[in-house]
Amino acid sequence: MGKHVTLNVDGQSHELDLADPTTPLLYLLRDELGLNNPHFGCGLSQCGACTVHVNGTPMRSCVLPAAAADGATITTLAGIGTAEHPHPVQQAFIDEQAFFCGYCMNGWVMTAVALVKEKPRATDAEIREAFSGLKCRCGSHMSIIRAVKRLTEAA
Amino acid sequence: MNAIMLSRRKALCAGGALVISFATAGCSSSQTAAATGIGGDTKPKLRPDQLDSWIAVRKDGSVIGYFGKVDVGLGIQVAIAQIIADELDVKFSDVSVVMGDTATTVNQGGASGSTGLERGGVSVRNAAAQARTSLLMLAADKFGTTPDKLTVDNGVVTVAGNTGQSVSYGELIGGRYFDVTLDWNKKIGNELLVQGTAKPKDHADYKIVGKSVPRADIANKLFGAEVFNTDMRVPGMLHGRMVRPTVAGASVVKIHPESIASLPDVQIVHQGNLVGVVAPKEWTAVKAARMLKVDWSSPPPAFPHQADLYKAMQAAKPVGKGGPKAKGDPKAVMAASAKTIDATYLWPFQSHASMGPACTIVDVQPDHVTVWTGDQKPHYVRDGVAALLNMKPEQVHAIWLRGPGSYGRNDGGDSAMDAAVLSKAVGKPVRLQYMRADGTAWNPKGPASVHKVSAGIDANNNVVAYHYHSTAFSREDIASHPDDPTQSLAGQFMGMPVVSKAVFDVPGETYDFGAEHLNWDVVPALLDRASPLRTSHLRDPLGPQINFASECFMDELAYATNMDPVAFRVKYLNDKRGVAAIEAAAKAANWQPRTPKTGKPQGAVLKGRGIAFARRKDTRVAVIVDVEVDRHTGRVWPRHWFVAHDCGLVVNPDALKLVIEGNILHATSRALLEEVKFNPHMVTSVDWLSYPILDIKDAPETINITLLNHPDDMPRGAGEPSSRPVASAIANAVFDATGVRFRQAPLTKDRVKAALI
Ligand code: FES
Ligand code: FES
Repeated sequence: MGKHVTLNVDGQSHELDLADPTTPLLYLLRDELGLNNPHFGCGLSQCGACTVHVNGTPMRSCVLPAAAADGATITTLAGIGTAEHPHPVQQAFIDEQAFFCGYCMNGWVMTAVALVKEKPRATDAEIREAFSGLKCRCGSHMSIIRAVKRLTEAA
Repeated sequence: MNAIMLSRRKALCAGGALVISFATAGCSSSQTAAATGIGGDTKPKLRPDQLDSWIAVRKDGSVIGYFGKVDVGLGIQVAIAQIIADELDVKFSDVSVVMGDTATTVNQGGASGSTGLERGGVSVRNAAAQARTSLLMLAADKFGTTPDKLTVDNGVVTVAGNTGQSVSYGELIGGRYFDVTLDWNKKIGNELLVQGTAKPKDHADYKIVGKSVPRADIANKLFGAEVFNTDMRVPGMLHGRMVRPTVAGASVVKIHPESIASLPDVQIVHQGNLVGVVAPKEWTAVKAARMLKVDWSSPPPAFPHQADLYKAMQAAKPVGKGGPKAKGDPKAVMAASAKTIDATYLWPFQSHASMGPACTIVDVQPDHVTVWTGDQKPHYVRDGVAALLNMKPEQVHAIWLRGPGSYGRNDGGDSAMDAAVLSKAVGKPVRLQYMRADGTAWNPKGPASVHKVSAGIDANNNVVAYHYHSTAFSREDIASHPDDPTQSLAGQFMGMPVVSKAVFDVPGETYDFGAEHLNWDVVPALLDRASPLRTSHLRDPLGPQINFASECFMDELAYATNMDPVAFRVKYLNDKRGVAAIEAAAKAANWQPRTPKTGKPQGAVLKGRGIAFARRKDTRVAVIVDVEVDRHTGRVWPRHWFVAHDCGLVVNPDALKLVIEGNILHATSRALLEEVKFNPHMVTSVDWLSYPILDIKDAPETINITLLNHPDDMPRGAGEPSSRPVASAIANAVFDATGVRFRQAPLTKDRVKAALI
């Protein structure tokens, strides 16, 4: 059975008819809306590569049925800032030259955005706790922590 | 397609280097060309010995470097741009680097063997030096003078002492071609080397090399503007997924198309034991692959029980032997020694498990094929796809796009072959993205190995004989290049002949113990075709496992001879730069002489410190690590690292430090957690739960890095060497903390806990 969904993605609203309502949000964003973010990493809610904000909360879009996001406001990596007006988190990661391949980036950055909002002075332990479970196969962890500390230690 | 085009433009605007092509200006040949023989209006054929295959100058004076390797995320693109800018005397921001497109770059071997700068960068540098000289000749001709009377600054050539006489590179040749021939050693791949008559600059004259220039791709990625291989969309493209046997070695008995009858427009592709599905919607393809019912045969178990693996390996009849690195008669010396010690070390199969499973888009047309690949060796992907389809390499155009980080032969090459089969079968472009299990369970594995090491010690506590023997699976059960379909899953599932090579190695460090014998046996693969345990290159192929045995044994030898592990290495290592690295690490860590722990360890958290050294070709790395071991949970936390790293000339210090950090983290994950699990029928490590990797909670607190720069040397490999000594250093530190020797990797919580209780 088809399903009609309304989504606001990075400030643009979309009306979509989903032929298959089990389609995860990830596939809707990538294949129906043509977004390049987020990424498919596992499809199992184990890595975070597909993370977007759903109504302000980081969620793993690979396991979230698009139908369940009906009416939601979605923010992706491309929606948090621009080269001209970068989000402080984006700027901090650039300043640290964080990430190698960057395929994992959506999970870390979108989680960091939520973290610095919620705990602007997060400690080392709180940062690690917030990120725990996210995967980075290239081992960017040190530069990720440094980038977040640029913000939390300045706050 | 729109999304891609837009992003490419964005990437360009943001200073990225994704350049597609540039128009040839239709200018006629000038007098200068006639005088110097330099310059032409048509681009010479893409050959390594053509300067135009390496460097182009646009009309606006900006420069494009064509690099036949790729940047898998370690930042080599920026280093190559630095080298070009320096040799040519142009602004760094005026240089862009095109990588891994088989239509515009020659085959320099892709990302391979940490040779990006050591080999790949040398040809680029020689070509850039030649381009500068050629441009000076053109300018000299224009001003009626000789090149030695000219100076260059930011791409503008001026007659010395006459600022009125100046001309830009863009004016000299912009949009046209050099048409200059280089000396080429007639090799392709990593070995390819070109050289002109121009001599590259002296290191003292570098202005940009040696500086920490930031990477452009990081910002692009952070703004969602970078195009990954997974983001490529081609008009009319369908989505593919593969269906793998549930039991290793099984054949297709029957496929039940009716099991997916509820899904719209799915096509099943079935050739031999290769099974895939193709559908217009990606999610439909994912579901179809899951739902398609296939009856597989029940072959006898392909694998031993995991607990019996190392025993089975040692009982197997070797298919290849090698090494030997030998001096004197260690057997005889050992027999006459006052004391001998020996130890056996075990290393498991490990998986690449790249962050994203491989993704390739292939468009097979009757006489032309286009491949969009994230594989780290795009030229070999081209050759492999051509061979699979019985076409000529010239008929295949492989375009490299950034993919998830890859560390050797991961699943990228296999996915290109599979996608080619699917595209050919359905007559449409197919985007095949593997699922997690394809990238974790079905990719080629780093080989498991058993290492038996022994030494003889004389009455004065000198080590006088050394023996090192590995029994292992081959590093090339599957070739490291994806250029041969017989070496791919697709080829093997479709019944192509199996060709396997038996290759292993011996330690690269050069300790001098007098008599020594170092060698290896390779044992046959557990399953000869389409095996989820087939082995190939995984970051620093063989380095971590061989070093784990040799550097842990050096620790054992140090204590057996009543020596401090640092002093022991300094005493026996026959390698000045290696000793310098060890001493630099020891100094940074304020290393104090150590003696082995005695008695039962007390306290919940045990602390210790260990050292290991590695030499990989001409790169030396010494690492010291402080670990904490939780006696009750078995958790090992490598908390502080001190790294001394000598890779010759340092091109970009900050980028290099990041690369070292990444190596430490990746190798720590392998040392503490990574072991491919299997039962007699199948690999059971299929995702991040069954193949866990390092979590950020276990990431170190500090990594202190000392770069030992050698500006008089060339840049040496850095992408892998610092992975090598990590597991050994951790195990040595755990011994220091607990008094227990762990000779089996990984040092999982369970293993550590069991040994400490
Ligand atoms: S792709 Fe969604 S968590 Fe891995
Ligand atoms: S940077 Fe490659 S996976 Fe994180």
